[in-house]
Amino acid sequence: MFTFLVKRLFQALIVMFVISLVAFAIQDNLGDPLRELVGQSVSEEERQVLRDELGLNDPYMTKYTRFVSNAVQGDLGTSYFFKKPAAEVILNKLQATLELVFGAALIIVFVSIPLGVFSAIHPKSAWTKVIMALSSFGISVPVFLTAIMLMYVFSIELNWLPSYGRGDTVNILGWETGFLTKDGLLHLILPSISLASIMLPLFIRLVRSEMLEALSSEYVKFATAKGLAMNKIYYQHALKNTMLPVLTVGGVQIGTMVAYTILTETVFQWPGTGFLFLEAINRVDTPLITAYVIFVGLIFVVTNTIVDLLYGVVNPTVNITGKGA
Amino acid sequence: MSLLEVKNLRIEYPSRHGVHAAVKSLSFTIERGEIVGVVGESGAGKSTVGNAIIDLLSPPGVIASGEVFLEGEKVSGLSPQEMRKVRGSKIGFIFQDPMTSLNPLFTIERQLTETILANLDVTPEEALSRALTLMEQVGIPEPHLRIKQYPHQFSGGMRQRVVIAIALSGEPDLIIADEPTTALDVSIQDQILKLIRDLCIKKNVGCMLVTHDMGVVSNVTDKVAVMYRGDLVEFGATQQVLGTPEHDYTRSLISAVPRSDIKLDRFPLVSYIEEAHEMEQLDIKTHWLGQSEDQRIYTGPLLNVENVSLRFITKDSFFESRREFVQASNNVSFQIQEGETFGLVGESGSGKSTIARVIAGLYPPDEGKVTFEGVDLTALKSEKERRPMRRQMQMVFQNPYTSMNPRMKIFDIIAEPIRFHKLAESEAQIRQIVHDLLDHVGLGRMAGVKYPHEFSGGQRQRISIARALATRPRLLICDEPTSALDVSVQAQILNLLKDLQDELNLTMLFISHDLPVIRQVCDRIGVMKQGQLLEISPTEQLFTNPQHEYSKHLVSLMPEFKGLRNDLESA
Repeated sequence: MFTFLVKRLFQALIVMFVISLVAFAIQDNLGDPLRELVGQSVSEEERQVLRDELGLNDPYMTKYTRFVSNAVQGDLGTSYFFKKPAAEVILNKLQATLELVFGAALIIVFVSIPLGVFSAIHPKSAWTKVIMALSSFGISVPVFLTAIMLMYVFSIELNWLPSYGRGDTVNILGWETGFLTKDGLLHLILPSISLASIMLPLFIRLVRSEMLEALSSEYVKFATAKGLAMNKIYYQHALKNTMLPVLTVGGVQIGTMVAYTILTETVFQWPGTGFLFLEAINRVDTPLITAYVIFVGLIFVVTNTIVDLLYGVVNPTVNITGKGA
Repeated sequence: MSLLEVKNLRIEYPSRHGVHAAVKSLSFTIERGEIVGVVGESGAGKSTVGNAIIDLLSPPGVIASGEVFLEGEKVSGLSPQEMRKVRGSKIGFIFQDPMTSLNPLFTIERQLTETILANLDVTPEEALSRALTLMEQVGIPEPHLRIKQYPHQFSGGMRQRVVIAIALSGEPDLIIADEPTTALDVSIQDQILKLIRDLCIKKNVGCMLVTHDMGVVSNVTDKVAVMYRGDLVEFGATQQVLGTPEHDYTRSLISAVPRSDIKLDRFPLVSYIEEAHEMEQLDIKTHWLGQSEDQRIYTGPLLNVENVSLRFITKDSFFESRREFVQASNNVSFQIQEGETFGLVGESGSGKSTIARVIAGLYPPDEGKVTFEGVDLTALKSEKERRPMRRQMQMVFQNPYTSMNPRMKIFDIIAEPIRFHKLAESEAQIRQIVHDLLDHVGLGRMAGVKYPHEFSGGQRQRISIARALATRPRLLICDEPTSALDVSVQAQILNLLKDLQDELNLTMLFISHDLPVIRQVCDRIGVMKQGQLLEISPTEQLFTNPQHEYSKHLVSLMPEFKGLRNDLESA
């Protein structure tokens, strides 16, 4: 276990190092911080003095070192627009995004696994053909179109669900959640569906193909020969083996979903980090952009490590504890 | 009334290209306490029969006609629900590969008890105590501890014991064992077969033992059914069928079994089975294959392996002291003379293949050196220096299905080493050489335009041999060249290797776990166990008077093929 953690930590550091290089390159080359800080009345001489004072004329390496040492201490710079530390701004918005991703993940899990398993067990059923056709269709429709269509049908025409915002939230231990109010949940439905729509076809197909593979394995054949009921074979023997690769892919995709929220949040005016990021780009709020890039990287690294740990728990043949077999 | 009665069974596989009958009109019976062997080569339909009896045919296979009776009750054509009641509780099944027939994610306890609960009307507590008793019966030590473990914590032999315990757990009347020992080592094979035999007698159940191994058939079975291309060609008491076979195919099959008792020059009578062209005779003295630019001034042993040690890391750790290793090769030394066939024998994991790979330069050894014609191979630094050595040593691998690039035509597969080592002057000459090689290994030159998947396992192994010969090697390293092949095909390939060796004065390192095969092929034999070379003896001496305890053990376990003694020589 110890070796595994040390290894993962080391890998995480390398990944974060590369991300910091990218993030710093953005910050160093995108726009002129001085233009955002001072008014038009400041003369060119005063600007030069300010540049020296702020360290903008320092050599590249010095600037990078300063950036990293600040970042490690949790200081990712101050947002030009919010006039608050960038990390704090993102953390505030992150709650909304995480809830959206969680909602989408729930939809994916509870839709893709039953559908994938069904289509693997009944490969010749007409429903399977419908599921597969819809999933091809789903993969080819871009998310903003799905979002706008959903909004048009359910908010504007039918007027069942709200079309933008987060609705009422409750503050629990500093976490603003929309999960505990009816209004908040209603607001969550459409954004979650549209965010899930990108991943859903992929997961249905993944579950299906993994399940098909498990069903054609020797141990399933042996389980049949043992005289077990088919339901037991499908939902215990085969399903557990199906879940292993789904878990691995799922972990990576959660990170991707956090990044994908940019489109969904923009369409639904969801007050999360994706929406924030888009605004930050429009306002050339460089520290915020940089901080966002680093945050997304961090989420990827953390989710992947958790998934690897979980994988070791579920799969007894993977030995992350370091004990001999 | 027989325990199992199969009447006129016909199994068909419909496809776009018409219907393929895997089994044509098969009838036989099995009594209680009796082991019936079903023997034949791959594609003969023997596994299909077992699967058909418990309705587990892989699609699109169907039972086209015929009936199966178990104790007088018809079990063919039952509904899936009725069939499920037969499986496990009336018929137990043992599959070939214990590595894949257990679910890797469930404990042994769960896999055993769920079977008991599905088939017998008992409480969970009773199921557990039954599971423990069964584990004891199949000879698993410390069942209380081991039942909590997962399949990957068991060795292959132990897993097959678990599979047998599961097959017996529903208290079936009949056991169908589909190649139960093919994936196991000789010593474990022996134990497992004895176990099956004892349990059949003790529990008074019948057993259908599907196998391709004639040694197993002659040792364990009471009756034998010989199948050939979906037909039952012979059925009767084992002694009678093997002793005085009536059908030509049975004769041919028996003659192809490597004999453990005596060394023969060639395998007789093997032409019945696979269509191979007659080998084209070449005048080696004038042909390209026989001409070699290698100067032969060196007179010592062609290959000298000196104190080779190599270990692999099994558990990595940041701290060096906590790393764990497996000693794949421990201070191994031997020499091979020019023109000699040296055999390495041992069970899986004994380090035979590691030695072959060290010699071929695929693994650098940790210690020791390998000299070829006096040149120290381990001292060669660059790939460029090593290249002429590589050319003189070629390998034939175990699995002819994976050792060829499926996207290359046979012609290019064989021509590649000639082109790479620039051994021919022109493309026309390469063409000529490849065609001659294909003729020579009995495939015919037309084979060159095809792809590997169009050939059977035996034919592919012929291609592998042709490819190995294409560099005009001096040393041929054969790593289990026939263990993936049927016995008749094995006999043909061994004949081919023998002929080639005589003609080309090839030196061979022949690695196998199969003692009778080794006896037929080799001049001297080294016995390996856990990375150590325990004994080197001339072939006859090893089999008549083994020196080391382990060699004695191995030789005593050799499945002796009792059958057809005198007829063969006269045939």
